[in-house]
Amino acid sequence: MALLQISEPGMSTAPHQHRLAVGIDLGTTNSLVATVRNGISVVLNDENGRAMLPSVVRYAPDGGVTVGEGAQAAQSDDPVNTIVSAKRFMGRGLKDVGDTSRLPYRFVEADGMLQLRTAAGVKSPVEVSAEILGVLRQRAEAALGGELVGAVITVPAYFDDAQRQATKDAARLAGLNVLRLLNEPTAAAIAYGLDNASEGVYAVYDLGGGTFDISILRLTRGVFEVLAANGDSALGGDDFDQRIHCWLLEKNNLSALSPGDTRLLLTHARTAKEQLTDHDQARITAVLSGGELIDNVLTRDEFQSLSRNLIQRTLQPMRRALRDAGLAAADIKGVVMVGGATRMPQVQHAVGEFFGQTPLTNLDPDKVVALGAAIQANLLAGNRGGDEWLLLDVIPLSLGIETMGGLSEKIIPRNSTIPTARAQEFTTYRDGQTAMSVHVVQGERELVSDCRSLARFELRGIPAMVAGAARIRVTYQVDADGLLNVSARETGSGVEAAITVKPSYGLSDAEITRMLQESTLHAREDMQARALREQQTEANQLLEAVQHALEQDGELVSGEQRERIAACMTGLRGTLELSDHLVIKRAVSALNDATVGLAQARMDKSVAKALAGKNISELEQK
Amino acid sequence: MQSSGFDFQQNHFQLFGFEQSFRLDSAALESRYRALQSEVHPDKAAQLGESAQRIAMQQSTRVNEAYQTLKSPLRRARYLVSLHGVDTQEETNTAMPVDFLMAQMELREAVEAAVSERDIGALEGLEAHMKAETRQLEAQLAVKIDTEQDYAAAAGLVRKLRFMEKLAEELHSAYDEIDS
Repeated sequence: MALLQISEPGMSTAPHQHRLAVGIDLGTTNSLVATVRNGISVVLNDENGRAMLPSVVRYAPDGGVTVGEGAQAAQSDDPVNTIVSAKRFMGRGLKDVGDTSRLPYRFVEADGMLQLRTAAGVKSPVEVSAEILGVLRQRAEAALGGELVGAVITVPAYFDDAQRQATKDAARLAGLNVLRLLNEPTAAAIAYGLDNASEGVYAVYDLGGGTFDISILRLTRGVFEVLAANGDSALGGDDFDQRIHCWLLEKNNLSALSPGDTRLLLTHARTAKEQLTDHDQARITAVLSGGELIDNVLTRDEFQSLSRNLIQRTLQPMRRALRDAGLAAADIKGVVMVGGATRMPQVQHAVGEFFGQTPLTNLDPDKVVALGAAIQANLLAGNRGGDEWLLLDVIPLSLGIETMGGLSEKIIPRNSTIPTARAQEFTTYRDGQTAMSVHVVQGERELVSDCRSLARFELRGIPAMVAGAARIRVTYQVDADGLLNVSARETGSGVEAAITVKPSYGLSDAEITRMLQESTLHAREDMQARALREQQTEANQLLEAVQHALEQDGELVSGEQRERIAACMTGLRGTLELSDHLVIKRAVSALNDATVGLAQARMDKSVAKALAGKNISELEQK
Repeated sequence: MQSSGFDFQQNHFQLFGFEQSFRLDSAALESRYRALQSEVHPDKAAQLGESAQRIAMQQSTRVNEAYQTLKSPLRRARYLVSLHGVDTQEETNTAMPVDFLMAQMELREAVEAAVSERDIGALEGLEAHMKAETRQLEAQLAVKIDTEQDYAAAAGLVRKLRFMEKLAEELHSAYDEIDS
């Protein structure tokens, strides 16, 4: 693919009518802002000519805030008040972050999203991110000489609803009008692909500092259609540094190092990794705090064998994304590389080998996401005439609802094109049930406890009816930013309840990875678990129905029959604790057999009473 | 958006300007889908007011729903049958010909065996076999729906096709299981 060509913004439009819009890559370690100027997407530098703004914010006791290089410099002197990688906390609760003891911050548990106690008061990750976005906004307005109409902010493709919502809130807090939240790999594809000559299916391989994303897109006459997205949210460039670090420990017979020495060796490891991009070997020399001298030479070959497993781990999500898209590696026309870690020759080699072609690297992998976001922002702001394109993106994880027995019923499957909506009807479990609890979850697993809880709300005021008679229509709507809205309505009475899913916390990266991996590892186990829960639910319903029927009409059958029914009920109850759904099933059918006479008698009676609908419980339907 | 004359009352076929039939020109479907989304997608309304954006979202959602339904032979058939007032009873009617059920069971066991032996080649063979079978069901559906207008018979075929889809999903996770 050649470098994109973009025409002068609206030839007939006077320059002052050009609407100022930017694309922002809000990264974990660095952030960038870009805009389309004179028809070309460019990254905007700060006054010192630096494109990348370190995503670091420092809060001083006097309330002063430093963002970027200045804050980064103070990191080791004032770790408590210097927040790095706030992106990892966006839309997260304390329990999502896991081991907080290794982090220097004073965390505050708040409703949903965690907060941080700093010298300038308690701050939420949304506020920290807003500081970074604010600096980029000022940079852009100074460079462009006017107020911005809006911005496109990029997010990782695997970001869930809570994380997207938090990102959008941060932008609003920074005074930015969000034109769209855009997935990072999709932004990269736009930067590469906006060349009408390029048609076909492309893969975007995005290996960042701590995460890996793969997206498969189809380009057809100005339409970008994401076919599938996958990834490993616990794999990135940092892991390669770690491998070199371990190699150094081994070579020098070192075991437990002080935190300072660990940091020192990791820094040297990173430098060596970067050197090996252009050189066949890298020499690592350092003096540890105890006076030990480190002096080793790492060759490119050695580094390759050290990192082979890490690269192998990126291949599995690639195969899965291809399978989800129904494609083979040979169908891919071009591979776009994103993220600094894709500079490593062994990464490029492995990706090239997998797809049977040389990956595209002509755009700076650190800047390509911001460049693509700027191009999309320019389009959304309405600056282009005629030469337009369309972006059709997907949601990365399935959205479901909790049903009886703690099961997740998927309403919108993963890789559905957005915006999308799906409605499904549910019913009540008990006679006279007047309220229903709607629990919204995200993830691929069968059991709700293995999925991510997004929100809960209640539908009240359902008219009392027999179990199974109410018709509750639950509608999931996902908008073009990937944000979810849920509503529930009882169709007979029109009782309604709705919620904008704003759960204030989302999935941890590791959790998403674990969930994606486990969903496939446990597919069979899940099927067993589902069968068991379904059988248990059926058994409980039957027991309740039979109990009810006995209380109402027990006298219709002989004492002997009643005893037999009671024995079967006891037998069924006894199987409920067992984990074998077939045993329960047999007990269910034994009880069903035992109640045939009773059911027949009740049917006759109810027909006689001409009250067919009312008294026939579900017993007759079994 | 109003100018595009978007009508929410239209059924999926009318929305795409197609004849109401099971046989479908998939290239025409793709190009019509892109043309419709190019008109109604929320990105086209990003600089407009909130209500215009809301309308765009609803219209774009509607186009996605119609496209997904028409694209999948199973969903298309189910939709066509329902347009003619016939319920496919996929949840309630599990009465299937014995030979069909036997064949399904054998396929399922073959998938399990391939997984335990980590045999990708066997899975690929099964996949090809299932695809051929699925295509055969689809060909029968075209006859029952388009030629004979026998929607009750078509409903039975839809139930079979649903079985095949479930099996295809199992095959999909079998690949993942071998991969991990």
